[in-house]
Amino acid sequence: MYPIVRKEILSASVKLFDLKAPLVAAKAKAGQFFILRADEKGERIPLTIADFDREQGTITAIFQEIGAGTRLLGRLEAGDAVLDVVGPLGVPSEIERFDGPVAVVGGGVGIAPIYPIARALKEAGNRVIAIIGARNKELLFWEEKMAAVSDALIVCTDDGSYGRKGFVTDALKDLYEANKDLQRVWAIGPMPMMRAIANTTRPMGVPTIVSMNPLMLDGTGMCGACRVLVGGETKFACVDGPEFDGHLVDFDLALKRLAIYRDEEKRALAALEHHREGGRCGCH
Amino acid sequence: MSLKETIRQPMPCQDPQVRRTNFDEVALGYSEEQAVKEAARCIQCKKPRCREGCPVEVLIPDFIKAVAARDFAGAAVKLKEKNALPAICGRVCPQESQCEEKCILGIKSEPVAIGRLERFVADWEMAQGASATEPAPAKGAKVAVIGAGPAGLTCAAELAKLGYAVTVFEALHTAGGVLMYGIPEFRLPKAIVDKEIANLRQLGVDLQFNVVIGSSVTVEELMNERGYAAVFLGTGAGLPNFMGIPGENLCGVFSANEFLTRTNLMKGFRFPEYGTPVKLGRKVAVLGAGNVAMDAARTAVRLGAEEVTIVYRRSDKEMPARAEEIEHAREEGVQFQLLTNPVEIIGDENGWVKAMKCLRYELGEPDASGRRKPVAIANSEFVMDTDTVIIAIGTGPNPLATKSTAGLELNRRGNIVADEAGRTSIPGVFAGGDIVTGAATVILAMGAGKKAAQAIDAYITTKAAEAAN
Repeated sequence: MYPIVRKEILSASVKLFDLKAPLVAAKAKAGQFFILRADEKGERIPLTIADFDREQGTITAIFQEIGAGTRLLGRLEAGDAVLDVVGPLGVPSEIERFDGPVAVVGGGVGIAPIYPIARALKEAGNRVIAIIGARNKELLFWEEKMAAVSDALIVCTDDGSYGRKGFVTDALKDLYEANKDLQRVWAIGPMPMMRAIANTTRPMGVPTIVSMNPLMLDGTGMCGACRVLVGGETKFACVDGPEFDGHLVDFDLALKRLAIYRDEEKRALAALEHHREGGRCGCH
Repeated sequence: MSLKETIRQPMPCQDPQVRRTNFDEVALGYSEEQAVKEAARCIQCKKPRCREGCPVEVLIPDFIKAVAARDFAGAAVKLKEKNALPAICGRVCPQESQCEEKCILGIKSEPVAIGRLERFVADWEMAQGASATEPAPAKGAKVAVIGAGPAGLTCAAELAKLGYAVTVFEALHTAGGVLMYGIPEFRLPKAIVDKEIANLRQLGVDLQFNVVIGSSVTVEELMNERGYAAVFLGTGAGLPNFMGIPGENLCGVFSANEFLTRTNLMKGFRFPEYGTPVKLGRKVAVLGAGNVAMDAARTAVRLGAEEVTIVYRRSDKEMPARAEEIEHAREEGVQFQLLTNPVEIIGDENGWVKAMKCLRYELGEPDASGRRKPVAIANSEFVMDTDTVIIAIGTGPNPLATKSTAGLELNRRGNIVADEAGRTSIPGVFAGGDIVTGAATVILAMGAGKKAAQAIDAYITTKAAEAAN
């Protein structure tokens, strides 16, 4: 069992766990992910490693309650434990010292995985400009943590309830106008946001790394559920990624593949809601 | 007794119409009477050719002789002398191309049903609640086994019996490897795998799950920092092969690994009680004709697909699956579209599979594998309606452990280079099973695990003797 040593509610639907997982904490690097399974009947849920503490042997996971699996997960409290944690998985971010500023962009829960990348870039001696954004103020988190690992931080909300009003893409365009020597962009968030960022930086010619979060089962290259088309080549996000050249990723396909089990997810969610109301769903 | 007097005892099975709606085991196993009758057919050859056909050289005539004498306990002892997992082998070995192929009775009549007898004895023993073999006195050396599939489990059992302290590291959340995620319940009940694992624990083997070698821990760390005297790599076949044709990433195209893992390991057939869904359309095409393809096709039938078709570019003679699996698949209503190969998978406007463009084939001259080479017939293109495609054309090696181990020699395909005894290019590192041979059978992996255990014992013993001098 892997105990939840701390839980933080970041917003109504976004939760944070610090999980005791010494093997993962010892090896975790920016850009990697892990897989957890809450209990015997649970899904294997891939989550990006948002932070790690090698001494305490803990890793930090931030997740949004979207489907039945993440909702059930969100009900766990500090002191509870999850059944399985495996990792670190995936190829770490390529961190190097660049000859000019770099930008990291985190959208929604994507702020979590962008944080260790920003920190690693900063530690490598880069000038790091961070952009974080969410639909509204309530969904924003880690502003201070991001500020601590970047030279400049731009915060935006779609509805203008906090920071600059507008999308992260608009902020990135302005950033580029002021920093034409921008060397590289990392963008993590919902797939449509990553696609928008890639489309924004393509004409600028700024290399852009995105972190793909497709459906996944084992996370070790065995099932092929996570395949992503990159520059016309099929890649497995779990062992070849999760980071890829954003300008080469086929996002249309990725978005369609993400929706393969949409009907089933709705069914599971409905069954879960029904249970909560004390109804019978006939599912067991 | 003349050979003509007795015919091979048929295997009692669930009725095809019933079993296509459940996941219970299809083959029900011999009764004691049947087993004794079948065992009596064995003529106890002086030079038993059947043993030559067995990758682990099971004492076949000896155990069968004991069955014929109704000494089932004695039969179990003989059987387990060479085979650590007989209940599994009796169910999944391709006997017709191994032991039974060599049986002398097969020349004029039908070979002795060695596999069925093996299963009978193993099941009989399990039903008695038999205890595992006592481990030997401790040797004081630790061995790490990577991967809890057939190769790793066999290697671990052999080493534990020799007195080594064995830790098995497994990346998934449960032991068994392909026995759990790949082979369906209706062919190999998971309770049997669980019992074998329990036996292993009784031998003192420590099983650690959720450890990915190459990322959670490296081989080098195991040997240099954690004090393991030797490491056995049985990481198995990994990445599923795809055909490289257009449309393979459409929604509704799955690797057999994904489809079977969702169903077997994650119990997707009990969704939403279990959280992992499995999705299937009405018309399912399974590409390939090996055991994995049969497993996928028969699973699709059970999940309620209206039409399930095996699509294979050679003819029925070349299908690599066990004869019994092909027969069972046919009985359950699986269709066979042979001498056919897809060239493109066609999607609808939403990115879902709706059809498959195929070519018809004929068989030409034998190729390097000795099988007649399939040749596409000119202008034979046709379109097959299908809304789900499951690709079961084999797997390649998993790169996680091998890439992270400096100095480990790999072949062109990325498989580990190892000799007959499992020795790799690194002293103290051994390997066996699919990671060495490419996708093969459970029994071959077990044979490799067993040989490697002997080589590991020799390696550690020699090294200790050298250190003492």
